[in-house]
Amino acid sequence: MDGTFPLIESMRYLISISFRFGLILLHSFVFVQLTIAATYSVGTGYPFTSIKAAIDIATAGDTVMVYGGVYAEGNIIIAKSISLIGRDWPVLDGQHKYEVLSVKADHVLITGFKIQFSGHASLDDPCGIKVYDSQYVDIIGNELNDNFFGIYLQYSKDCIIRDNKIHSSGTEEQQIGNGIHCWKSDSLQIIGNTISGHRDGIYFEFVKNSVIWRNISHDNIRYGLHFMFSNDDAYITNYFHHNGAGVAVMFTNGVKMFNNTFKDNWGDAAYGLLLKEISDSYIFNNKFIGNTSGIFMEGTNRIQVEKNIFKDNGWGMKIQASCMDNEISRNNFVRNTFDVSTNGTLVLNTFDHNYWDEYEGYDLNKDSIGDIPYRPLSLFSVIVEKNPPTMLLYRSFIVTLLDRSEKMIPTLTPDNFIDEVPSMQAIPL
Amino acid sequence: MFNKIQKFILFDILKNRIVIAYTLLLAVLAWSVFSLEDDSNKGVLTLLNIVLLTTPLVSIIFTTIYLYNSAEFIELLLSQPVRRSKIWAGLFLGLFFSLGLSFMIGAGIPILLFVAGRTAFILLVMGILITAIFVSLGFLCTILARDKARGIGIAILLWLYFSLLFDGLVLFLLFQFADYPIEKVMVVVSALNPIDLARIFIILQLDVSAMLGYTGAIFKDFFGTGLGAVLGFLLLCLWAVIPYLISRRLFIRKDL
Repeated sequence: MDGTFPLIESMRYLISISFRFGLILLHSFVFVQLTIAATYSVGTGYPFTSIKAAIDIATAGDTVMVYGGVYAEGNIIIAKSISLIGRDWPVLDGQHKYEVLSVKADHVLITGFKIQFSGHASLDDPCGIKVYDSQYVDIIGNELNDNFFGIYLQYSKDCIIRDNKIHSSGTEEQQIGNGIHCWKSDSLQIIGNTISGHRDGIYFEFVKNSVIWRNISHDNIRYGLHFMFSNDDAYITNYFHHNGAGVAVMFTNGVKMFNNTFKDNWGDAAYGLLLKEISDSYIFNNKFIGNTSGIFMEGTNRIQVEKNIFKDNGWGMKIQASCMDNEISRNNFVRNTFDVSTNGTLVLNTFDHNYWDEYEGYDLNKDSIGDIPYRPLSLFSVIVEKNPPTMLLYRSFIVTLLDRSEKMIPTLTPDNFIDEVPSMQAIPL
Repeated sequence: MFNKIQKFILFDILKNRIVIAYTLLLAVLAWSVFSLEDDSNKGVLTLLNIVLLTTPLVSIIFTTIYLYNSAEFIELLLSQPVRRSKIWAGLFLGLFFSLGLSFMIGAGIPILLFVAGRTAFILLVMGILITAIFVSLGFLCTILARDKARGIGIAILLWLYFSLLFDGLVLFLLFQFADYPIEKVMVVVSALNPIDLARIFIILQLDVSAMLGYTGAIFKDFFGTGLGAVLGFLLLCLWAVIPYLISRRLFIRKDL
């Protein structure tokens, strides 16, 4: 009988386990029953024909599924934590009068809509989608056409704006709003959007701890990205091209700018990247190609500019004398009209290990560092900074001659504006 | 259009080794510039420098030397029943066409191949005009000095003045009057030098004009519009015509 006792014991054990498991199953079933959210379908041939009516019925956690068609319902307000999902690209039309979608609740999802024709008014800034004081709002995969402002977030936190296409056909700055406008917000993720034809593609003011990643912002009237008073943000792998004035980052500290491309921002007042009153930031691995000025720096302190490419720009970098303790190292300067220029004689920034395509030195000990220092500042660029009309002599013989003689015996250019250890080969980037 | 004298001079010059060398020089420079630069806009800028330096130099020096060397030929022609103005015109057209042709063959072909429409057109027109202007100035130099060395000296000085000294003066003026709004005055001043005028004309065609800033904008407002462009073109034509007319007047009255 030695063997029966354990058998009974194990059977009892099994029974108890299955009982417990059944209880758990029962529990979970009840739980699921309680939390399975309702889905309200809107569209021709569905229970609802109006989005507003469906939202009225819905409670927190419900889904409003909108099927293809044109919905001109004026201002739709979402004040509940619901998901608003478009199927077959339903069109929400603001008829040039209303703000199309207003989000006034946390945990809202908006996806799959075409949102168009919001009103135009400079007092209350009507938008395609506006988020008021909310958290965890996800705006994903929508198309916004010809709205005054595209997506507007104010006092919001932890929101995701992803994969939207935002286009407008603005012609004048004051008659059009921004593509993605964020104000006094925190922890936002702006990812993979394409923005064109707005005043500023992406606008950040008082936004903290946020990331702007993989967006394309082009052909906007003013800036591709406009950044003010927004500390500790990062923008990574974005593509800014053909914007009226490039990208502006102002009055901010702790910005990380990685891997972006600034291209073809060309014009009288256009910059690849305009930095004004920036400190403690990091500019790494970006490409500045074909801009009037690649980077324009003013009142900029303690910035590292590392491993960037400056190519085919009018000015690679314009560093005003108000800049201090910036480190410009390991960048490639290729085919710029002027690699660097400055407006004073005071130089408090350092250059090292950059590659300058106009460097004519040699490397006897083969350590791929040029044996003689390089002075990136040409005499003509100094003259032009002092007296802009002299740009009239651009490409004239006398200028070539002056530059040549200055390169041999530097007299007028500041003598500490120098790369002591220029790189012999382009840095592989 | 061509009479016998012109034809004779034209073919005489076309066979000239210097002219052939000049054509080759332009060709080598232009082809190498365009094959080295990926961006044709930058190529234009580099070529611009070369064109604005070599074309005037070769045009004025060659014209002067050629005229001095054909003094006996001219005297021979004068003994024939031909009007003096006709001889002078024949010489001018012969020199202008041959040097212009060199420019078109040497620089024109690569320019047409590598540069987009409008810019190429302006660049060629400017090259031809600069050739005409400096041939015409060469005529003036020759007639001003009977002595060959002096004449060539004047030619070199003129070239130096227009391509270097004048810009130095402009630079000086710009700094002296830095506190005054002299942008509009500069438009007038630049008209006093055909090389500057041509250079600005071409730069305004290119993207880099955005780099010229406020002054550039004023120039663009002026030379960029139809009327300004026509005016600039006429100014350059005047630069070609007036020295020639003065030299012709002197030639007709000259006691040879």
